[in-house]
Amino acid sequence: MSTLTQQDTFQAFLAASPSNFPSVRTTGKESFISQGLPAVKAEEYKFTNITKKLESSIQNFSPALPLAVSAEQVKSALIEGFEGDVLVFSNGSFVPELSSKIEGVEVSLLSGKEDTALGSIAKPNKDVFAALNQASFQDGIFISVPKKAQIEKPILLLSFNGANAGQVVQPRVWIQVGDFAEVTFLDQSVSLGEQSYFLNKVVEIKGGINSQINYYRIQNEGKNCVEVSNIETDIQKDAKFTSVNLSLSGDMVRNNLSLNLLGSNSEGNMYGIYLLNGKSHVDNHTNVDHTIPHAESNELYKGILADQSRGVFNGKIFVRQDAQKTNAFQQNNNILLSEDAIVNTKPQLEIWADDVKCSHGCTVGQLDEEALFYLQARGIDKLTAKGLLLYAFAGEVLEKIEEESFRNYAVGLIQDRLGSKF
Amino acid sequence: MLSIKNLHASVEGTPILRGINLEVKAGEVHAIMGPNGSGKSTLASVLAGREEYEVTDGEVIFQGKDLLDLAPEDRAREGVFLAFQYPVEIPGVSSTNFLRTALNQVREYRGLEPLDAVKFLSLMKEKMALVEIDQKLLSRSLNEGFSGGEKKRNEIFQMAMLEPTLSILDETDSGLDIDALRIVSNGVNKLKSDKTATIVVTHYQRLLDYIVPDYVHVLYKGRIVKSGTKELALELEEKGYDWIKEEVDSATV
Repeated sequence: MSTLTQQDTFQAFLAASPSNFPSVRTTGKESFISQGLPAVKAEEYKFTNITKKLESSIQNFSPALPLAVSAEQVKSALIEGFEGDVLVFSNGSFVPELSSKIEGVEVSLLSGKEDTALGSIAKPNKDVFAALNQASFQDGIFISVPKKAQIEKPILLLSFNGANAGQVVQPRVWIQVGDFAEVTFLDQSVSLGEQSYFLNKVVEIKGGINSQINYYRIQNEGKNCVEVSNIETDIQKDAKFTSVNLSLSGDMVRNNLSLNLLGSNSEGNMYGIYLLNGKSHVDNHTNVDHTIPHAESNELYKGILADQSRGVFNGKIFVRQDAQKTNAFQQNNNILLSEDAIVNTKPQLEIWADDVKCSHGCTVGQLDEEALFYLQARGIDKLTAKGLLLYAFAGEVLEKIEEESFRNYAVGLIQDRLGSKF
Repeated sequence: MLSIKNLHASVEGTPILRGINLEVKAGEVHAIMGPNGSGKSTLASVLAGREEYEVTDGEVIFQGKDLLDLAPEDRAREGVFLAFQYPVEIPGVSSTNFLRTALNQVREYRGLEPLDAVKFLSLMKEKMALVEIDQKLLSRSLNEGFSGGEKKRNEIFQMAMLEPTLSILDETDSGLDIDALRIVSNGVNKLKSDKTATIVVTHYQRLLDYIVPDYVHVLYKGRIVKSGTKELALELEEKGYDWIKEEVDSATV
């Protein structure tokens, strides 16, 4: 048992949770207590010692209050060329006065929606941090896209996070997308200030029959952000869910991304890039659960690691006994740019059905020296040549982003990081 | 234009080049021949600046500059072009983007304005015709899935685009059928002028029917052991390399 959870401040933190969602919170709290923070050798957190990190950087476990965010800050955070609606959050709290009214979409505080089945998708017993969030989140947001609604413009979830040392930000998001509805979300965070804080986020997404959902995310938080996120999606038959996750910084980041394919002919895609430098540590744990026949999932994560950064990839695909005719593909490729960068990758497939098409694999390597020399021999300087090669490596993921402004933004961030424009 | 003096180079401590001397003047074509493992490709790689090769002695002066002092990209910008024996496939890098980046960096080095998209495309069209390369190939990733012949043709196309002063063709003929050989050679011949020079590294005399050399050098055990005119190539074709090997080996014993 971690010493952190035994501290009075931590106990007070749990005890001081808001009074809404009483039974949801009780379940969360019980689940949290029974699991405890991950021990050093806990299999799921083997390469990401989040408990130690929290103990060293979070001195005072208390909820971070919303910070004042100005319209100018929102404007300057907006992606160039972005045309869509914006929902603004400050330390997890919704800021209605800076947010758009989205035509055809219901947006309200979770506290006004107490019948929402929180924890039914991102179950607290699957991850202790989901349990912690469920026990103690302040308030959250409820977003409902009604049946057959086609939301043409993307919805940007723009979060400003920052706190005094040791504070905790716990966003809680519930998204439900009705049958035949289509919607694209962009999830972007901005760190305010230089102080350490713990971001513990839970997003639950419920996709109806034949719904189409894109969830694009950029993690470009400050170097002092310790983050755990649990994003979990259920989709029904004929539905399609695509997530693209770009991780560019952060002190220690753990993403638990899970997808449950609950209806036949559903399709789930999970793509990601982690482009890390300094001492950033990013861990992507993904989980795809094929429970029914004739569903498809595709997964591709690519990592580029410089300096002393560390990447972890763990991809699990479950193909249940009933899930015949499943197509499931998973791939993780990594390029290490320095001697000190580390990657731990573990693709996993568990198959109980006997008529499926599945593949998985991973690679860890260096930049292709032969290709680098070829480009240099044509007059291209080494930095640009490296940039071209790395960009090409990442490109396979970037092209999965259908929303143009977001793709261009991602391309720009990556080119900046690679130190060259081409 | 190019003056190589007493060039020694090794790979991982093993000496490969053991004292190469070669003078190349503008307007000339030099063929470098020799048996397998004699150091032909090493010479080409050392001139282009491949890092695995360590130059242990000697000098290479190209148009008054110490070539060995320059990074590979600066050698290219100065006008040295190596047509690779094995051109590299680079998935995800478009041929067009690659060439435009390369050409504009070379132009910048030479104090020229970068070419805009329109001018670049029209230049590309002109040079494509010269080496008879299909537009479809250039809309793909660089060399990805190209046949051997297509890769070699792409090398000559890149050479046409970059307009080097000194072109080094490293076994450009290997793996080519006779039609591809003719097209590649035509391309090289059209690009020749009295201001440029060409070094043709080859195993076979066949290529020299198309690209006619002024001088032929035989490389053996890291040295040029015999030099002559194109007739030397014909003699080698007929008699093989053994008589040269014997000559050299008996002289050293």
